[in-house]
Amino acid sequence: MESKEIILRTVTKLAIFIILAFAVFLFLAGHHNPGGGFIGGLTVASAIILLLLAFDIKAVKTGLPIDFKVLAFVGVLIAVTTGMGAMVFGASFLTQTFGHVHLPLFGETEFATAVLFDVGVAFAVLGTALSIIFTISGDIQRWKR
Amino acid sequence: MIEILLMWSLFAFSVSIAVFLYRAIKGPSAPDRIIAMDTIGVNLLAVMAILSVLLKTYAFFEVILLFGILSFVGTVAFAKFIEKGVLVDDDNGR
Repeated sequence: MESKEIILRTVTKLAIFIILAFAVFLFLAGHHNPGGGFIGGLTVASAIILLLLAFDIKAVKTGLPIDFKVLAFVGVLIAVTTGMGAMVFGASFLTQTFGHVHLPLFGETEFATAVLFDVGVAFAVLGTALSIIFTISGDIQRWKR
Repeated sequence: MIEILLMWSLFAFSVSIAVFLYRAIKGPSAPDRIIAMDTIGVNLLAVMAILSVLLKTYAFFEVILLFGILSFVGTVAFAKFIEKGVLVDDDNGR
């Protein structure tokens, strides 16, 4: 079937990769510069909203077979578990630490436990935003019929 | 010298944003309002870039990129709403 939205679809196929790469950059810039899990998750959500606008719900659901409510639950679980992990070592809840590790290719690299917490925050934000979007768009479709 | 030029360009962009805000509120039809909103977004990007030159900082670059992405997605959503009346298709029969 000949598509009427050929320009939008071509631009989307290119722009998705730029937006997702920028989302990863924002996520990893989290603990020294502007960025972090919240805004990284929101950027991924905006990329998937762009996919939903250019294509349809069925295509996105077959491409991403994830239940986003479960994703939000897993994100909150990861965030709380990393917070409890500090209590195992005798520190108070949500204490974060970091260490320097010598990697063969990257040299001296800093690892922080805040990144694990940020993974949970990003999953929670992504799951919540996308389940809201999917619910609203589904309701509009049913309401029009 | 360059700072005076940058200040004047900030003033010009502010006047432009004010005029587009009038068009976005008053605009007789919906496409007028959407183009006004899109152009306000582009002008805000320019204001942020000029501010980052004036303040000699790199801190606004992520904000500029993110605002560009969000403004693009918003304009696409408004344009599709005007054209089809539905934002997200259930299944467009491919």
